Amino acid sequence: MRRFATERAKRLLFGSLLASRSPPSAFLCSSPPAAAAMDPAAGVVTVDTINPKVLKCEYAVRGEIVSHAQRLQQELQDKPGSHPFDEILYCNIGNPQSLGQQPVTFFREVLALCDHPSLLDKSETHALFSADAIARAWQILDVIPGRATGAYSHKLLIRQGIKGLRDAIAAGIADRDGFPANPDDIFLTDGASPAVHMMMQLLIRSEKDGILCPIPQYPLYSASIALHGGSLVPYYLDESTGWGLEISELKKQLEDARSKGITVRALVVINPGNPTGQVLAEENQREIVNFCKNEGLVLLADEVYQENIYVDDKKFNSFKKITRSMGYIDDEIPLVSFQSVSKGYYGECGKRGGYMEVTGFNAQVREQIYKVASVNLCSNISGQILASLVMNPPKVGDESYESFNADKNGILSSLARRAKALEDAFNSLEGVSCNKAEGAMYLFPRLRLPQKAIAAAKAVNAAPDAFYARRLLDATGIVVVPGSGFGQVPGTWHVRCTILPQEDKIPAIISRLKAFHEAFMEEFRD
Amino acid sequence: MAPKPLDYESLNENVKKVAYAVRGELYLRASELQKEGKKIIFTNVGNPHALGQKPLTFPRQVIALCQAPFLLDDPNVGLLFPADAIDRAKHYLSLTSGGLGAYSDSRGLPGIRKEIAEFIGRRDGYPSDPELIYLTDGASKGVMQILNTIIRNENDGILVPVPQYPLYSATISLYGGSLVPYYLEEEANWGLDINHIRQSVAAARMKGICVRALVIINPGNPTGQCLSEANLRELLKFCFRENIVLLADEVYQQNIYQDERPFISARKILLDMGPPISTEVQLVSFHTVSKGYWGECGQRGGYFEMTNLPAKTVDEIYKVASVSLSPNVPGQIFLGLMVNPPKPGDISYLRFAAESNAILESLKRRAHIMTDGFNSCRNVVCNFTEGAMYSFPQIRLPPKAIEAAKRAGKAPDVFYCLKLVEATGISTVPGSGFGQKEGVFHLRTTILPAEEEMPAIMDSFKKFNDEFMEQYEDYRGYSRM
Repeated sequence: MRRFATERAKRLLFGSLLASRSPPSAFLCSSPPAAAAMDPAAGVVTVDTINPKVLKCEYAVRGEIVSHAQRLQQELQDKPGSHPFDEILYCNIGNPQSLGQQPVTFFREVLALCDHPSLLDKSETHALFSADAIARAWQILDVIPGRATGAYSHKLLIRQGIKGLRDAIAAGIADRDGFPANPDDIFLTDGASPAVHMMMQLLIRSEKDGILCPIPQYPLYSASIALHGGSLVPYYLDESTGWGLEISELKKQLEDARSKGITVRALVVINPGNPTGQVLAEENQREIVNFCKNEGLVLLADEVYQENIYVDDKKFNSFKKITRSMGYIDDEIPLVSFQSVSKGYYGECGKRGGYMEVTGFNAQVREQIYKVASVNLCSNISGQILASLVMNPPKVGDESYESFNADKNGILSSLARRAKALEDAFNSLEGVSCNKAEGAMYLFPRLRLPQKAIAAAKAVNAAPDAFYARRLLDATGIVVVPGSGFGQVPGTWHVRCTILPQEDKIPAIISRLKAFHEAFMEEFRD
Repeated sequence: MAPKPLDYESLNENVKKVAYAVRGELYLRASELQKEGKKIIFTNVGNPHALGQKPLTFPRQVIALCQAPFLLDDPNVGLLFPADAIDRAKHYLSLTSGGLGAYSDSRGLPGIRKEIAEFIGRRDGYPSDPELIYLTDGASKGVMQILNTIIRNENDGILVPVPQYPLYSATISLYGGSLVPYYLEEEANWGLDINHIRQSVAAARMKGICVRALVIINPGNPTGQCLSEANLRELLKFCFRENIVLLADEVYQQNIYQDERPFISARKILLDMGPPISTEVQLVSFHTVSKGYWGECGQRGGYFEMTNLPAKTVDEIYKVASVSLSPNVPGQIFLGLMVNPPKPGDISYLRFAAESNAILESLKRRAHIMTDGFNSCRNVVCNFTEGAMYSFPQIRLPPKAIEAAKRAGKAPDVFYCLKLVEATGISTVPGSGFGQKEGVFHLRTTILPAEEEMPAIMDSFKKFNDEFMEQYEDYRGYSRM
């Protein structure tokens, strides 16, 4: 009513200009004429008239809880002491360097030299940079036409990334797997996420196209599927067996989707898992490959955590390696493998570097992939360089090897310790069980909340895990993501917490967490 | 055997429909020739550093220090870097939450968005809100995001100038919308006539299209024309009347080569016009570090600024931005440096000013050399490049040439451009990649090849063109192929 009155007031005020506007009903637009007539000054781009797929898409990692945390952070800044904690601890996002993790020195040396190549012409540079970093920078600049790191990579095929850098990455993949990789199969992207979007764009024609995704999953997949108008077909990982992936479950969900008229096009596997952290056993991987082959599915292998393994009895095997070791040749298995510079021990999230290795597709399709990649011209050069460094780090004998290895092992062993410490902490809480984080950067504890808590959550229109997470934040400043953001078996509740705060902060986090949880359970005891 | 999901037949149709003149025949042919050892002059992409333009020193110094912060602790750092670069690096690092390697806010670092808002305020004389400025990996990503927000289905139409930069046509195809073309007037130096836009809108509506947005590229690509204030006022009134959102691609705002029409932002005019236009017309403005005199295409740094969008819509745009986590941090720092370059009195100022002016003056001279060069050729007419980085000469192909093209199974401008690259190594993009009036042919080149090479390039072009024209205007009744 008030809105209508304001409209009348506007009309009186702006008189002729408004009167001369074409009435919305003349536009033959699909927005409901009644709404448009009521508020002609609303403009085109309102929530009622934007792409509905945008409305459908959700991404919890930076969702509501994070906005609330940012508000609290601002309050702490404006009024120190206004909360029972001194700082907000962002345990919601896999962003290691924002929590104090140091970048790998060798990588940054090379990047600095590539960003400002005139340094290479100065004699003083040798005093500040290691010799092998200088050598690597020369090598890289040599493969960049004109040493121009400020140029788009624009020549033929180079929009998928600078050729020399793709060569280096392919060599790194071959080293890792023991099977060759083709540089022309590699598409360098601004992080792995754009590559995932590209594949969803290619695969999804309508809401009748389904993509099998693990539950729990990293919500890039659900968001991307929604944005591209497809259907997410969930398959549940088994919490009781360390988040095991059962082929029988895949089969069941596939059949179920098909019976509903969905054409299932691809299977997403995240290995090591996010948020679940499990590392797949080789046998499991072989079953998955055969499943995809038999059912005609594209295998989308998210392998961004391949360098984050914390258990001795498991090893990372790329799906590319598995398919080749099973004897499958290139064109038998359509496989897209995603890697990123954001994780591992390098944690260079802000650089936005990554790639997808696309194998098993014919030239025509590859051309379409290339075309979509080219609309954005190319990925940032610094990220491309970093991807080539990550896949080709210093080797034994290189001048920087010792310090590089120390950086790397220091970070990885610390991550393993933090994973264990937090896992034990969660497991010590009443009603909480937490699977081991075999890899990746997260813990995903299950919360068995008392009925009273669940009722309290309902009363404020919140999911129980979101309610818990909010209370945790308000009491301790620790930000975690409610499990509902990732998907979970209905009726179960989880939160995702990263293992990334610096080691010296972990004891305080654990004690605050314990204190909060005890108080919470007391408050809501049945 | 059932088609596999990534077999060509089973792909998303919208992907197949996208035509983006990057894999055109010209590209392929130029690369083949290059492999055979022929020297190719790539004048096809607005990629200054790839053609020898040197990066500005100051930003590269700052970014190198940000990449390797351990340098800042080294007592010898002053031997390699000037004090103001060191200070600036410390400043930008302090704006991050973990240096270059941490995801920033999905909208970009607040400190940099604030610097951009201040820049816009100085440029336009009106304050700008950092909360409504989002940083992206290049302006293209921002354009794609906004179009994805607007396009609901194939009945949603986006007005795009013809000739246009094919990001727009490609993105509209990709997102399943409809491109509604409006023609720029070549005879009026690629001027924009509002009546053409009205006609296009009317025609589209007759077909049941809901026209949602109007794209203007100012200065234009490939055409280079700079919009006048009167133009911008007309456009804004039009958008207000017709309830259309204005998308202002202003990435070439630093590239102006004449004094009659300096760059004026769409936002400034919108605010100058006062209510209701200043409060009602929805506007999104785009900018980048890839063009201007910076030319840092490879960094992928860009931003868009939203005006008069409702808060809920901004939230949705933020939500989608967060799915990609964050724009790359080095690119964000380049943006900060671009809007806040060294000032008079700063240690690096003189060098920075000298480098920037040299680039701009040279671009201006090259714009003239190219325009004049093309106009001296037979059957070639070329509007002056008022701004941006391209030249878009019209090639008046004789009927015999058009026939020969037909026989060869090629579009006439593609035919001409192929012959050009085979004869001279000059690789251009045929006008059909950008759109042109039926039966009128063009090619696009950049004005970026090194100034010292330009006279030779233009001579080479003239020689080829005049021979080509002589050959196909031959009235003796036979053509020498």
